[in-house]
Order: sequence, then C-alpha cells, then structure tokens
Amino acid sequence: MTSNSAPARPPVTHKIDVIVQRDRQIGWMLTIPALLLLIAVFAYPIGLAVWQSFITKNLGTELQPQFSGIQNYIRMAQDGRFWQSLWNSVVFTTLSIIIEFLLGLGIALVLNQAFRGRNIVRTIAILPWALPTALIALAWTWIFNDQFGVVNDLLLRLRIIDSGINWLGNPTLAMVAVIIADVWKTTPFISILLLAGLQSIPDDLYEAHRIDGANAWQSFWQITLPLLLPQVVIALVFRFAQAFGIFDLIAVMTGGGPGGATEMVSLYIYSTVMRYLDFGYGSALVVVTFLLLVLAVAIAAYLLSRVRGSAQATDAR
Amino acid sequence: MTRTDPTPTIAPSETQQAMLELRHLNKTFSPSVVPVKDLSLSVKRGEFLTLLGPSGCGKSTVLRMIAGLEQPTKGQVLIQGEDVTHKPPGDRNISMVFQSYALYPHMTVADNIASALKLRKIPEEEVRQRLREVSHFLGLEALMERKPSKLSGGQRQRVAVARALVRRPSVFLLDEPLSNLDALLRENVRAELKQLFESQQAPVVYVTHDQTEAMTLSTKVAVLNDGNLQQLDAPHQIYAEPANQFVAGFVGSPQMNFLTLPCEAGAARLGDRSFPLPPPLSHARQVILGIRPEHVRRAQPGDTYTFEGKIFLVENLGMHYLVSVHIQATQQTTYTLRLLLPSDATWEGDSLQIALPPETIHWFDAETGSAVRQ
Repeated sequence: MTSNSAPARPPVTHKIDVIVQRDRQIGWMLTIPALLLLIAVFAYPIGLAVWQSFITKNLGTELQPQFSGIQNYIRMAQDGRFWQSLWNSVVFTTLSIIIEFLLGLGIALVLNQAFRGRNIVRTIAILPWALPTALIALAWTWIFNDQFGVVNDLLLRLRIIDSGINWLGNPTLAMVAVIIADVWKTTPFISILLLAGLQSIPDDLYEAHRIDGANAWQSFWQITLPLLLPQVVIALVFRFAQAFGIFDLIAVMTGGGPGGATEMVSLYIYSTVMRYLDFGYGSALVVVTFLLLVLAVAIAAYLLSRVRGSAQATDAR
Repeated sequence: MTRTDPTPTIAPSETQQAMLELRHLNKTFSPSVVPVKDLSLSVKRGEFLTLLGPSGCGKSTVLRMIAGLEQPTKGQVLIQGEDVTHKPPGDRNISMVFQSYALYPHMTVADNIASALKLRKIPEEEVRQRLREVSHFLGLEALMERKPSKLSGGQRQRVAVARALVRRPSVFLLDEPLSNLDALLRENVRAELKQLFESQQAPVVYVTHDQTEAMTLSTKVAVLNDGNLQQLDAPHQIYAEPANQFVAGFVGSPQMNFLTLPCEAGAARLGDRSFPLPPPLSHARQVILGIRPEHVRRAQPGDTYTFEGKIFLVENLGMHYLVSVHIQATQQTTYTLRLLLPSDATWEGDSLQIALPPETIHWFDAETGSAVRQ
C-alpha cells in the first residue's frame, strides 16, 4: 500500500484534465450554432459591404459592376452632402444626448424619492419610450405644424410671437424640433436605467455620509455620481449608438429637409442605396459610418471597464 | 459652520456631566407602531452603554434618533448638555459604526476613514497625522490604499471602527457591529473592541441582540422590549437581579427555568415541598419561580429542596452537559427543568436527584412578571 501511494497522484490530475477537456468540447459544440448565426447575420453583410465599397455598382445605370479600388472613398471625401449629413448627425447626437442625460438624471433622482403615487408616475414616465417612433414622429410633426400646431398656438396665445413659425421649414428650427421630439421620446430610457442604478446604492452609505457631515449636494457628488457611473456609461453608449443611427423619427418628421438641414448619415445612405440605387458608393458610406461607430463604442467600452474596476466594490458589499 | 473640532479639553467638573442624555424619548410611526415609548437615560464619560433587546424592540430606532437619522416624535436628545434634537447628524459630533459597516465602495480605506475630516475642512497635515495614528492603532497601515471590496470581513469592520475613532467624537454609536462576522472572529473582535473603547474617553452606545456582547463589553446595560426600558443596570446586576421575567429570560444562556407554582398561605408548592414567599407575594394565588440552569445542582445530604427528576434529554455543550428533566409535582402536573452538569458528571439510569438552592431562586409576580425580592 505504502509503496503504491506515491505515484498515485498523476492519474488523478489526468482525470481532472479529461473532465475539463470534455467540458470545453461540449462548450464549443453548444456555442457553434450561435456562432454560425452570428456569422450569417453580422459578419457576412459587413464583409459584403466592405467588398462592395471597392466596386462601382449602380443599378440606375446599365453599366456592369466594375472594381474601382478606393474610388468611392475619394468621391466621399469630396462629397459635400456626405460631410453635411455627418455634421448633422454629430450635432443631433451630441445635443440630444446631453439634454436627455441631464433630464433623465433629474427625473431618476425624483423618482428615487419616496412619495405618494410614485409607482404610477414611474409607469407614466416610461410611456413615451414604449410608443412606436413613427407614430410619435407623426404626432410631433403636427405639434410643430405652422398652421395648426400646438406649439405655435401656445406661443401665439402667450403673445410671444405675432405669426405662426414654420418650424419644420426653417433649417435651424427643424433641427431644434427633431431634437425636442427625440428628447421627449428617449429621456425615459435614460431615467429608468439610472433609476435602477440609484436603487442599487444602499441607504446606509448616505446615512454614514450625513453623519460624516455631508450635505445633500456633497453626497450627490461624492456618493451618488461615482456609484452611478457604470449606469451612466451604459446609458450614454446605448443612446449614442441609437442617436447616431436615427432614421425613422427624421424620415417621418422632415425627411431630412429642409434643404438637407436635418439629413443624417443614415438618411443619406438610404437615399444613395434605395433611391439612387448606387450600391457601391452606398457601401462605402456604410463602412465609414460603421467604423466611426465601432471606434466610439470601443472608447466607451474602455471607459466602462475602468469604471467597472472601481465599482466592483458595490457587488462585494 | 457651527461645527467644532472634536478635541474637547475636559474640566474636572465635566467628568460627571452626562455626555449624552435622552429625555422622554418617543418615536411613533402610527398609533399601533410605537418602537420607542418614553425612554430616559444618561451616559457619562467613559461609560459603555449597551441597548440590549430582541429584534423589533426599538433599540436601533433609539440609536438612529441619537444619531439624528430619525426625528423623535417627542422628547429630547442632549449631547454634552446641548439640545441637539433638531440638529442634522453632521452637526452632532457623533460617529457611528453601521451593522453593514457602510464603507464607501468607491473610495480607498484611507479616503473612507478621512471622509468626515475632509468634509469638515480639517487641514491636510492634521488629516494625515490622524490617519497615521488611527491606522497604526488598528493595524490598518498595509491596507490604506485598498478598496473595501478587497478586504476581509474583519478588516472591513476595523476600517468602520477606524472611521469612527478618527473623528474623536463626543459619543460613539455602534449598531450591531459584530453581527456580520463569523463566530470565531466575533469573539476576537469583541475582545479588541473592549480594549479599544476602554482607552477612549468618549462614551459608547452599543446596540445588540447578543447578550454575551452586552455582558462582556458594557459598564451599563439597558434591556429594551416593545419600546419600553425593562432594566438599566450594570451587567452583573442584570444577571443577578433581573427586574422582571423578560429580563431574566432574555439574559443568561441557557435560559432561566420558569415554573408557575400554586400558592397557599404565603408559600409556593412544588410537589411535597413548599417554598416560603417574600412578603409582597403572601396573598398571591400563583407565582413564578425562576432558577438558572447553572444554579440547579445534584442533591447533597442536607439539602432541603430536593426533587427527583426524570431525564428526557441530554445535550453535550463540551464544558457542560445540559440536562433536561421532568419533575412530577402532583398526579396531574409535571414541570420541565434544565440544569447544567459538569462534563465529568456521571449518572445511572434516567433519574437524578436535584436540589434547588433557595438563595438562587428568583420570584416573579405571575400577573405582572416583575421580580419580587426577599
């Protein structure tokens, strides 16, 4: 017995390895269907778009598709309409996200307080986000209508203006109008996300901080915001991706007008491909937009991982 | 800023002044929910007061009212003679250790401890000095740059204590600070806390439901039940002379035996023996006899109050046996009694001759539950 006990160890480790190996194999087998699906719906279209972006291919002409290298990209660099739409997207995204975030945070802080009827208010608060965008866009189109719109009616009654403003007909005001509509629709999303974060912060941290001598303002900066950071980053990343790719709201409200003042990148791509049937150039537009988005999300993900590192403690409590 | 730096110099006359005083404190949430009913007590410099009671007895509410986290419905809280009832927690110069420790998860240990000092705009040099002292005192030097998530339970507890100590407050408030530690660690930390707070001048108000903590740590114990103060005394008094049946049953482990006995002509009857009762109980028809398991012993020659007990359960506690017996008093009535026997005790069969030494017996009024002394 004693002589056998010494070499008895290696077989034991070997056995564990077999188990680990089998687990890995099963893991791969279970993952492969999902991977194939991902390749079919993500990798293939993206690859196709990249490939087409190097081809001159316009169904509007009778010409054969032809490989043309970076011709489409050169054209893009010189395309004023592309740069205009990119700028529009940046303005729309930046302004709407900032306003939505500030409003959303404010609403979340209010909803986090205990008051009578809080649950009803919470439910009402999330309604705009749950409604279909196209319908909301139609409603807002009427709200901003120069003849019959509520906004003009209110301003006239308050004697702020003398005659109806043509909101959607003025380049600057049209941008303001679509931003207002987007803020109205998506602020609830941010506030619900932040509210969940607020509720995960234990009350006794605030109590300890009060005993330490902090006032509400100090507690907000030193406790609430740092512990809410993960949710803030997630909310901003989601909103960024959605706002940058906004299509339905703009398509219904202004169709990109007036004179391209609210034409976002997504609308320009849609026009290029579906109206002008210029698949090659459209693909180049898609590729550039895609890379810009990936870059932005990667930066956000990096920030998030750093935030996560410092917020891990929340789980460990 | 009305805050003062908490380094009071003590005038000799001040040593007897109450550091903390509660006057007719009452908290009413609704007519049926009254966690604290008319509580008055005072704590002097160097005292360690424990609020002891079962969960829901109002002890935490009392602590939160002292801290300023709850507003009393009626009554006053005075700290160093000053009425602070309506002052915010930050202006009361108290520090509190929470049951959950409430460490700020995103701050390092050093920032956690220094938080209150920084909020009070205490000069940075002094903050560093105090951090050094307290971290040395509690052996936290190596942990100062860590986040709370990277600490063990015991270390977190020490950081929470350090955060309270560094303030040099007028009163320390501790809310079940040991309940999140495992049993072995709890015993060590308990001993540490005792030493630590003995070295402090400021009094401690300590909330617990654990009687061992209350007995070992305190100079004074306030036993609370149902929002009422049951007894306020030194630990040994609480144990030796409980004011009523609740205190007697709550303090002491294993729990005191209670036997409800019929009375006749100023004496309580248990089987064929009769115990003379203290005069106030001479006309009672029923009385409660209380005796702690550690005071019941095996009968020796010369014992008057001896009974035959039928053993029905023996529990080995290591140091002792906890033996449960039935005493056949009359044809109809049997009483259950538990007693502690040394671990080397031996017995034969399932019966035991036991004695109830009269000097260790507590008498309680069967109607009110209050203790009646000889």
